[in-house]
Amino acid sequence: MIDRSFIGHVFDPFTVEVEKGRIRFFARTIGETNPVFTDEEAAHAAGYASLPLPPTQLFCLEMDGPDPFLFFNRLGLDFARLLHGEQSFAYKRVVCAGERLTFTQKVADIYDKKNGALEFVLRETAVDDEAGRRVADLKSTLVIRNS
Amino acid sequence: MTHAPALAVGDIFATLELAPVTRTQLALYAGASGDHNPIHIDMDFAHAAGEKDVFAQGMFVMASLSRLLTANVPLTALRSFGTRFLAMTHLGDRLTLTATVAELFEAEGEQRMRLDLAVRDQNGEQKLAGAAILALTSQNS
Repeated sequence: MIDRSFIGHVFDPFTVEVEKGRIRFFARTIGETNPVFTDEEAAHAAGYASLPLPPTQLFCLEMDGPDPFLFFNRLGLDFARLLHGEQSFAYKRVVCAGERLTFTQKVADIYDKKNGALEFVLRETAVDDEAGRRVADLKSTLVIRNS
Repeated sequence: MTHAPALAVGDIFATLELAPVTRTQLALYAGASGDHNPIHIDMDFAHAAGEKDVFAQGMFVMASLSRLLTANVPLTALRSFGTRFLAMTHLGDRLTLTATVAELFEAEGEQRMRLDLAVRDQNGEQKLAGAAILALTSQNS
């Protein structure tokens, strides 16, 4: 069972640089066809300062901290039994390459169902820009299969 | 400023059929995303975990689903995007992505549209269910 005393725990924030190359690689990998994500001229023409970050890539940058799997390791989450249950993004504004974002992860809840056969970890991540202004809020529900 | 053509509740906003899921896609997604969870890319690990084979990252499917949004509205119109992962996506699955207009409403001074999102495989099994909120008009424009 996951230690319930982690409920409410806030991890040390970490800062990640949004890189053009990572955006292009990600966009090509998911079959993205809108040129704003790969061609800087197209991005400028659309009014962006540089390549904008695709909608789900904030979740990926969350694993670009100094210890990518710190959250999973601290809670003792085993990849062999881990599933992603839900994911949501609430956007305040568009993020572009060249920005530095700070991620603050919180264990919002831990609970179980089916007499502990399934455990759920709700993680809430606040993403702020260099001025300390919120750019997005992420929520992840992680599921651990214990049987 | 209007970001999307006039649509009514129940209309199909966008749909997309993807090519069958391949090992190469999952490996590239692991690299591109930074999510190196071996259960999606290492068959030995998947077997040891009791799975028949590797299976797709849920976030790879969600990222594919985002293309319905990025192909049709500017990013600046996207207010929220969320999905529940209902079933594993396996190698060879042919996914159909659909966004349907679920609600037109006003919030925070702008006209908004809620889309219902669904991903189904070749057998009709639903893999993801989700929603996105788009701004149709903005006070600032």
